[in-house]
Amino acid sequence: MAGHSTYVPKTRFAKWLDSRLPILRLANDTMTTFPTPRNLNVWYSFGGILTFMLGIQIVTGIVLAMHYVPSADKAFDSVENIMRDVNYGWLLRYLHSNGASFFFLAVYLHIFRGLYYGSYKAPREILWIIGVLIYVLMIATAFLGYTLPWGQMSFWAATVITNLFSSIDQVLPGAGTHITQWLWGGFAVGDPTLNRFFSLHYLLPFVIAGLVVLHIWALHVPGNNNPLGIDVKGPQDTVPFHPYYTVKDAFYLCLFVILYAIVVFYLPNSLVEPDNYVPANPLVTPPEIVPEWYLLPFYAMLRSIPQKLFGVIVLFGALAVLVFVPWLDTSRVRSMRFRPLAKQFFWALVVDCLLLGYLGAHRPDAVFPGTGIPMLPFARLGTAYYYAYFLLILPLLGIFETPKPLPATIATSVTGHGVEQVNAPAE
Amino acid sequence: MRFSRLALALGFSLAASAANAALDTSPLPPKKPGWSFDGPLDMYDRASLQRGFQVYKEVCSTCHSLNRVAFAALSSDNGGYGFFTGPQAKAIAAGYKVPADPNDKGETTDEKGQPLMRPGITADHFPPPFPNEQAARASNAGALPPDLSVIVKARAGGPDYVYSILTGFHQKPPAGFTVLPNKYYNPYFNGWNISMPPPLAPNQVTFSDGTKATVDQMAHDVVTFLSWAAEPTMEDRKRIGFGVMLFLLAFAGILYLSYRRIWADIH
Amino acid sequence: MSVATTTADEPTRRDFIHIAAASAGGVGLAALAWPIIDQMNPSASVLALSSVEFDLSPVQAGQQVTVMWRGKPVFVRRRTPKEIAEARAVPLASLPDQLARNANLPDSAQATDQDRTIKPEWLILVGICTHLGCIPLDHQGDFGGYLCPCHGSQYDTAGRIRRGPAPENLYVPPYSFLSPTRIKIG
Repeated sequence: MAGHSTYVPKTRFAKWLDSRLPILRLANDTMTTFPTPRNLNVWYSFGGILTFMLGIQIVTGIVLAMHYVPSADKAFDSVENIMRDVNYGWLLRYLHSNGASFFFLAVYLHIFRGLYYGSYKAPREILWIIGVLIYVLMIATAFLGYTLPWGQMSFWAATVITNLFSSIDQVLPGAGTHITQWLWGGFAVGDPTLNRFFSLHYLLPFVIAGLVVLHIWALHVPGNNNPLGIDVKGPQDTVPFHPYYTVKDAFYLCLFVILYAIVVFYLPNSLVEPDNYVPANPLVTPPEIVPEWYLLPFYAMLRSIPQKLFGVIVLFGALAVLVFVPWLDTSRVRSMRFRPLAKQFFWALVVDCLLLGYLGAHRPDAVFPGTGIPMLPFARLGTAYYYAYFLLILPLLGIFETPKPLPATIATSVTGHGVEQVNAPAE
Repeated sequence: MRFSRLALALGFSLAASAANAALDTSPLPPKKPGWSFDGPLDMYDRASLQRGFQVYKEVCSTCHSLNRVAFAALSSDNGGYGFFTGPQAKAIAAGYKVPADPNDKGETTDEKGQPLMRPGITADHFPPPFPNEQAARASNAGALPPDLSVIVKARAGGPDYVYSILTGFHQKPPAGFTVLPNKYYNPYFNGWNISMPPPLAPNQVTFSDGTKATVDQMAHDVVTFLSWAAEPTMEDRKRIGFGVMLFLLAFAGILYLSYRRIWADIH
Repeated sequence: MSVATTTADEPTRRDFIHIAAASAGGVGLAALAWPIIDQMNPSASVLALSSVEFDLSPVQAGQQVTVMWRGKPVFVRRRTPKEIAEARAVPLASLPDQLARNANLPDSAQATDQDRTIKPEWLILVGICTHLGCIPLDHQGDFGGYLCPCHGSQYDTAGRIRRGPAPENLYVPPYSFLSPTRIKIG
């Protein structure tokens, strides 16, 4: 789409089709001849991996929906029926439930890769914002899906998360209560809630798929960023997407699927709380309610704030701030390879998110085991750093940081005449 | 269902916390006896499953339901996941009484007012020991015995935890710990006061294969059975998983060679 | 994914590895497709009901009861000696459908009354009209067998089509006698 098409229809049918629906031209230009920087490393494989995981989730989800019953009385039993009686039902369900975790693992690596190499900077702001939207929808879809087995964790996660909206009562008395009752279709989480959650859980992945098309479109206009963060200067800087990146992506995808298969076949319940194998009971809350691991950092932020509405604002703000990153980062250099200070703050953000993830799995009043040191101050500090990284550090670094000199072109860098040796095939 | 029991347990533990305030009554870490199905290639021990089923049937099932397990699942015929033959599973099913359909006169009870029953068939699930939650509580001093279908997956620690509970009785409580009325001391249970009386006693069942029925043996066997009940498809999962891993490793190797060859041109 | 890159040295081996990679990928996807297809086949809980047992002792001569088998009605009819005699008196050549349609016999078995039953007294039929799937009414019609209310197909006391639009005799399901008074259907 960037530049002109190099597609030449070869057969009569291809010529006939090309003048009516140039779909082969589109496929050729976007997936075959698309000029791609020659120095993309392993961290650029996650786009392909994420597309694969979205496909897996949609396909396994559609077939699970053929057996699942979205009713408070039957949901838990229907999941057990899938696990026991449906042919390969256990496989499909474990692929789907663990697939969510691996989908998020890949999306986090994809997002941090974007943050490190400055992939959100001009001219890729829209590409980044569509990505943030996809991520927010993924969170919504995962949350909705987590409620469907109707175990204790499902039920109480639905209760706690929908109650976030009741915090609006603190600014508009009554409005929050109305919104939660609207979400529930009743006065508490129940049968109507489960039904609409199932409907939306089925719908949202297709919205995500549509956004993925836009995301890829927006990628193909400026082309890929790359680990050097410099623009492609000419044909010597690129290789055709096929076969170079199809085979490279396929190889890393295969490694990723090996990890996925290990969990699905040998540790299928390692990422779920045992309490979710206890049928939902509206009368008893489990002693410890925690979300799935991929939402723990946000949960830590929520629980670190004692004021209800402010906690909710901090939670949603942590997602909203990502939309503005392209303008919050004022540096003219994209890749942190050439930003010695930003690099350190970036890795501190990675550690911060892991710490928040750890803290999110514990009660706010917990102490670090064996030390007696309370966790709460660290959760607050971690939340503060997360916001500071985007709202203070990125804007200020662009002004005060002196970047290292950039290589002239990707090609000189790759062939050893530039600043840095980047040997793509040896990654 | 299990929640109400948990609620009760929590309620009691609150009451006990006054008496046992000085003690940390968090549960001991579960024992790790080792299981026939531990490793990535390990399967369920068939003999242990059959003994464990006998323990469930003769001991546990007087209070605990197994609602999600069908008799057909006990059969290994037609690619089933069970550890009995088809006729054996059919005979086991026929040994249970399940609620019957209304008779030709539309009655659902016999002349004595008892619900109409019929012998089980393999498509039936294990019938519960009590008709409803209230009846179960009334027979168990207010506590609700949880359904055991997925108990091993529904407890942190899995089989180790269930085994530890079953073998964790008959110890002397530490000085200063108060065992509440209708409760039993079990240090592997959160709060140490458990509503379940010690379920197993030596030689409580007679194993037809001559295995000595110690408490430890019976607990080990019944936990093996309950692990199977929670995940009867485990054996298929591990078998298929092994093939999948071999394939993926080989595929990764081939892809790596293809990748290196294609990229070799670049320099 | 096979790639037409050629160089002077060992082109065969080069191509082979790419073809192998693409083929392995295809095999992997095909293997993944099978569980997705097979999950739509009858599940274990459905298969557990694929055969039903039925106690014949309450059924009197001249009576019929209906049993559900695999979601379909199965007629269990205890015929009177008169009904048996009527069915046996019909010449095979006069029947519109001369095949037995009996799942317990070879497909080529002929529609004699003997080949429609295992024991003459007990007529076991899938109670679905072979015309368009309605449920025929028993002990009705000109032949004393069955009358389909939808389009008027008439069957005799061996469940054979005698008049009307139905093309075939009522099907005999697979069944066997477990004891003189107990049958297993399926």
